[in-house]
Amino acid sequence: MALQSLDIKRMSATTVQQPVARTPVTGTVAKLIDTSKCIGCKACQTACMEWNDLRDDVGENHGVYDNPMDLTAQSWTVMRFSETVNEQENLEWLIRKDGCMHCEDPGCLKACPAPGAIVQYSNGIVDFHQENCIGCGYCITGCPFDIPRISKKDNRAYKCTLCSDRVSVGQEPACVKTCPTGAIVFGTKEDMIVHAEERIEDLKERGFANAGLYNPAGVGGTHVMYVLHHADKAPLYHGLKQDPSISPMVGLWKGLTKPLALAGMAAAAVVGWFHYTRVGPNEVSKEEEAEALHEARELKGEQHENR
Amino acid sequence: MKTDKDGHPVLERYTANDRSNHWFNAICFILLALSGLSMFHPAMAWLAALFGGGQWTRILHPFFGLTMVVSFVLLVVRFWHGNRWEKGDAEWLKGTRDVITGHEENLPPVGHNNAGQKMVFYISIVCMLFLLLTGIVIWREWFSSYFPIDLVRLSVLLHAFFAFVMILTIIIHVYAGLWVRGSMGAMMKGTVTYGWARKHHPRWFKEEIRKGQQ
Repeated sequence: MALQSLDIKRMSATTVQQPVARTPVTGTVAKLIDTSKCIGCKACQTACMEWNDLRDDVGENHGVYDNPMDLTAQSWTVMRFSETVNEQENLEWLIRKDGCMHCEDPGCLKACPAPGAIVQYSNGIVDFHQENCIGCGYCITGCPFDIPRISKKDNRAYKCTLCSDRVSVGQEPACVKTCPTGAIVFGTKEDMIVHAEERIEDLKERGFANAGLYNPAGVGGTHVMYVLHHADKAPLYHGLKQDPSISPMVGLWKGLTKPLALAGMAAAAVVGWFHYTRVGPNEVSKEEEAEALHEARELKGEQHENR
Repeated sequence: MKTDKDGHPVLERYTANDRSNHWFNAICFILLALSGLSMFHPAMAWLAALFGGGQWTRILHPFFGLTMVVSFVLLVVRFWHGNRWEKGDAEWLKGTRDVITGHEENLPPVGHNNAGQKMVFYISIVCMLFLLLTGIVIWREWFSSYFPIDLVRLSVLLHAFFAFVMILTIIIHVYAGLWVRGSMGAMMKGTVTYGWARKHHPRWFKEEIRKGQQ
């Protein structure tokens, strides 16, 4: 979102500390999605389109409820429908609202080479500033959840903003406001964890022994969390990763290696300078030129004799 | 017999086409290194301004790359003959200490190219090959969506690695050209003095003198 009024905690491709004097005393925010309360009505998808003025292309029916089939630059959230058979041989219809998880340690922000194209606000929301985006797609390689999408129209990356524009003026995200069953709630992360615990207790009483909160530690926790009836089997929910983390290849590529490589290149040039000024240029003396001419004459002489 | 402006005899080392090909390649390299470094580390991000901003840098970099690949292939074909590995080359490399202290007389006599120049040639070939392949995989606008995400992740890592090796190699290459006086002239004017040829490439010197007589 452009021209936000929220304080920025971290900024892509920026090595200095952002101003952090103003930190929210109530802690960060979070959206809690309770998959056990979701009825798959897609009101959240519609609210997202309405609030953000997004209109995806009308697609085709693939014989499943998923529509559209995947996230796009125009669809920042989609409902994922998974049909599974549980241990009691009963069908379970697991529905998960997919979209950006707003990681505390965002892989997209880490991978981004464009200064200020990806920011993390002090309230925990990770946001893309498209006016600074260069369209390289490195955020896609950085994201452990396969969320960002590059628009074919403007070559800029888009994803859920957690309605940072609404949050900045004290409102909840559009999807939260519209959810008819109260499956999506929004508040401070602390409150959301407390609320989730109540829900999990309730689910356990109703026979979901492995109900739990999805707030993966591999990415430092997330500011979008799920209550899952089967927290031990996250992949059941359309391939949700059990223990997501930023790929070690991205860590190696963006970690200490690059400053070291840069220092290596600079060092090579500096070593060259000192070599030149210590050893001096490798020159050919007048004497050596004369010797060469002499040898050339001899070589030619030999050949004349050979003829 | 070829002479310089003052009438001193000279040997032709690179033809006008050799030189144009080499410098075209060099210009491509500079454009690629500057645009690539701007995306390599935040400390270099300001370089994107040279190309009209981040979006333009991202658009242009792969096209500079493809241009360089074409020019580089021609250069490889052109310089292949002088860069074949010969006996004496391994010994020359072992004597790097003598090379950098300016005691070339202790080393086996060098032909058209020394083992260091040949290393630049071969390292460049390997780097360019990997930069091309990984570059296609990470070219988001056209190709990345056809490759699995882990291959894209590996490719961005390898692309940065081979670019690093390539830039380091070229820094050494440029320094060698500046340090060994007369080498820049070889690539600028195409000619070298007899003394230069005999001192740095004695076997090539003898071959050229003998050839000149036929």
